[in-house]
Amino acid sequence: MDDNSRKKHLLGMKELSREEIMHLLNLATSFKDVLRRDIKKVPTLRGRTVVNLFFEPSTRTRTSFELAAKRLSTDVINFSAPSSSILKGESLLDTALTVEALGADIIIIRHSSSGVPHMLARHLKASVINAGDGTNEHPTQALLDAFTIIEKKQETSGLRVAIIGDIIHSRVAKSNIYCLKKLGADVRLIGPATLLPSCWKEMGVEVFTDMDEGLKGVDVVMMLRLQLERQGKAFFPSTEEYFRQWGLSKRRLLSAKPDAIVMHPGPMNRGIEIASDVADGNNSVILEQVTNGLAVRMAVMYHLEEKKEL
Amino acid sequence: MKKSLLDRKEIDRTLTRMSHEIIEKNKGVEDLCLVGIQRGGVYLAERLAKKIKDSEGADVPVGSLDISFYRDDIRIRLPAVSRTEIPFSVDGKKIILVDDVFFTGRSIRAALDAIMDLGRPDLIQLAVLVDRGHRELPIRADYAGKNIPTSRDERVDVLLEEDGHEDSVVLLSAGEAGNGR
Amino acid sequence: MSILIVNGHVIDPSQGLDGRADILVENGTVKKLSANGIKNTKGAEVLDAKGMYVLPGLIDMHTHLREPGFEHKETIRTGTLAALKGGFTTVCAMPNTNPVNDNAGITEYILKKADTGGAARVLPIGAVTKGQKGEELAELYMMRKAGCVAFSDDGKPVSNALIMRRALEYAKGLDALIISHAENLQLSGGGVMNSGFLALTMGLKGSPAVAEEVMVYRDIALAELTGARLHIAHVSTAGSVRIIRQAKERGVRVTAETCPHYFSITEAAVAGYNTSAKVNPPLRSGKDVAAIKEGLRDGTIDVIATDHAPHSPEEKTREFDSAPFGISGLETALSLGFRLVEEGVLDLPGLVKKLTSNPAGILGIERGTLREGAEAEICVLNPEKEFAVNAAELISRGKNTPFDGWRLKGAVEATVFRGRLSRWA
Repeated sequence: MDDNSRKKHLLGMKELSREEIMHLLNLATSFKDVLRRDIKKVPTLRGRTVVNLFFEPSTRTRTSFELAAKRLSTDVINFSAPSSSILKGESLLDTALTVEALGADIIIIRHSSSGVPHMLARHLKASVINAGDGTNEHPTQALLDAFTIIEKKQETSGLRVAIIGDIIHSRVAKSNIYCLKKLGADVRLIGPATLLPSCWKEMGVEVFTDMDEGLKGVDVVMMLRLQLERQGKAFFPSTEEYFRQWGLSKRRLLSAKPDAIVMHPGPMNRGIEIASDVADGNNSVILEQVTNGLAVRMAVMYHLEEKKEL
Repeated sequence: MKKSLLDRKEIDRTLTRMSHEIIEKNKGVEDLCLVGIQRGGVYLAERLAKKIKDSEGADVPVGSLDISFYRDDIRIRLPAVSRTEIPFSVDGKKIILVDDVFFTGRSIRAALDAIMDLGRPDLIQLAVLVDRGHRELPIRADYAGKNIPTSRDERVDVLLEEDGHEDSVVLLSAGEAGNGR
Repeated sequence: MSILIVNGHVIDPSQGLDGRADILVENGTVKKLSANGIKNTKGAEVLDAKGMYVLPGLIDMHTHLREPGFEHKETIRTGTLAALKGGFTTVCAMPNTNPVNDNAGITEYILKKADTGGAARVLPIGAVTKGQKGEELAELYMMRKAGCVAFSDDGKPVSNALIMRRALEYAKGLDALIISHAENLQLSGGGVMNSGFLALTMGLKGSPAVAEEVMVYRDIALAELTGARLHIAHVSTAGSVRIIRQAKERGVRVTAETCPHYFSITEAAVAGYNTSAKVNPPLRSGKDVAAIKEGLRDGTIDVIATDHAPHSPEEKTREFDSAPFGISGLETALSLGFRLVEEGVLDLPGLVKKLTSNPAGILGIERGTLREGAEAEICVLNPEKEFAVNAAELISRGKNTPFDGWRLKGAVEATVFRGRLSRWA
């Protein structure tokens, strides 16, 4: 990918430098100020058009991007399309070019196939934001998680962060690993071996199958959503057994530091990967993550436009 | 060519005069707040507040306003973002907006919008250290420290101790100015 | 019309030739081959091959010509033109067309099309099972009579071991060759690139080496059991090479091919979600590439075939997961093979053997030779000529090459087919 296109897109945390991450998080602080006011909207990107091009259903992420775009005074369009270009007459690229021809300055893409944002970025003049591609990355989730961690813990350097659950299928885990490693955190993964192959060690993280051991002395407990459709595919025998071993209960949380924060990208499976009293407990920052998602996504859109001007 | 327009003493004298004018025009300091525009305006607002306290003995709240999100020139260049910190409600207040150099009036337009989004002040007045002319919008200053005729492609820099400089106002000729302000 | 190729260095492994010789072609056959020079007495068209190698026309054991049914990807015409430009005068057409070449009618159709519109010789490969469904044996005897040179369900494995056993037993009676696309579909599990750390970081589903290796092992065991001839297509892993090497040592009648992409590039070519590097079996690790080269060097791998698999640009600009597998390989194969010579993996006669006499021997066809009296099928290689691969300029309809932009040394200068000299310079 040429330099120019790396500049104006957000494809993954893999591609971002530590400096750029910090810049985005600082911007997000300013936007969070805006979100605290009665008038939660600024005219910054007035006249620009943002398109949510979602090939995979997602109400939460789409709504967050939509509201973030509106808070920046852009015009925002939601465009949902079936996931496979084979099923649909029109090809993926044609769909994206059509959306661009509507005048889109920023196209936010979610797709069930890894690499789709990268492929479209090569062909589009508009900025591309990856809102989740297959099992590859979900960069804005990692940014909002980093933002939330810094808000609670002041800094990331030297923090012990555990990411727990269905690692192998998780783009959230992957983006978070890239991001947190760049920010100097000590990252460990916990999950059943079927959902956490040992080659993940090559990402520079520690790998645990035993939850109690993995949680020892942890500052941040990041739970992942267990994809229930994985059940019956020999990854684990039953959700009951899964919860016994890798579910986050109050008792289990005692292994982590007393002031550990509990995070979850949502939507949660209560009683499967996380107990209700933990999700709603004092350590939980799950709802703050949602608020911070808006600020971070505003920062990302602002930043991409900022880079276009240079 | 770099030309010095004001030195440390002259800046201080000018600010003293402006503080008196502010008190006089508002018949005291009741409901008065100073809001500096990032960044130079913030330091000047703090200095004015100190001078007001020296003469009136009362604390006037000071806030800082970042207008990045309200500018109309982001198609040309997106400004570096700093934070808006206004630790008081602006509702029903008399806001003195403070900026270092008054030029086209576009920054002030942005600042007015930014303040309006924060609440509903009773009135807003504008205080500037240097008015260099070339207005593009129908905006005027209530308190102008010094009027300095300039040409459009020159640049006026207000350098302050708070930013690690020696207090001074300098005029840069077209060649050195780069983007005018 | 006669053609005289002078001053060239002839390499013909079928006759053990490796030296200066002139070749005279008359009426489409090799009239004379002489180390002492041939005088142009009859006004023949002359090609001065000074500094060049004159080889038998290359044979590609593994080509997808796509016709009938997928003419938007390739036709017999465009595919054979691409072949000829790549130095191949014979290509073996895999049966995964639409309809599948699983009966003598389709075989005859392909041969007829090739006869009228083909720029190179087309030898069809018939399907092992009807519709390549892996359920019922296709009519191997009738297809063989119609002109099929081998049988394969390529593109898909014959998953049912019993069907494969029956196919081998039946083919043995016809002395027919079965070519195995070795892939265990459960283990490859919808993978789109090689399993491993790179697939992990790209979020792509991996197909592990073992998915190929268990099938190579299974088919070798069945060949050993039945005594039938077996050829393993597109070998890509170190494990497969090892298994085949051991089987050959035991005397199993197994042969094997690999493709230029498996000895030229690794899975790293997929980076950036480059669908041109999406191929099945997938590009593997550096270790595998080294083992493939060793297999070529020590003779475990007999043949270099292209697995030319053209697709339309529209299909290859789909998302990586749904873009079809395949590399358009005919026009770069010889030059990529020539790199093995430059690297010292093979000597030039060794390379030529894997592209001419070896596939001819395995297929049991009288081609890949410059023997006097044989049909004149010739490839002239200019070893010094450098060129940059430009995907957009490939003759094939498939522009899907991971070698786009590569600078290669060693180019096809000219070919002779059916009495016609084509200059490609």
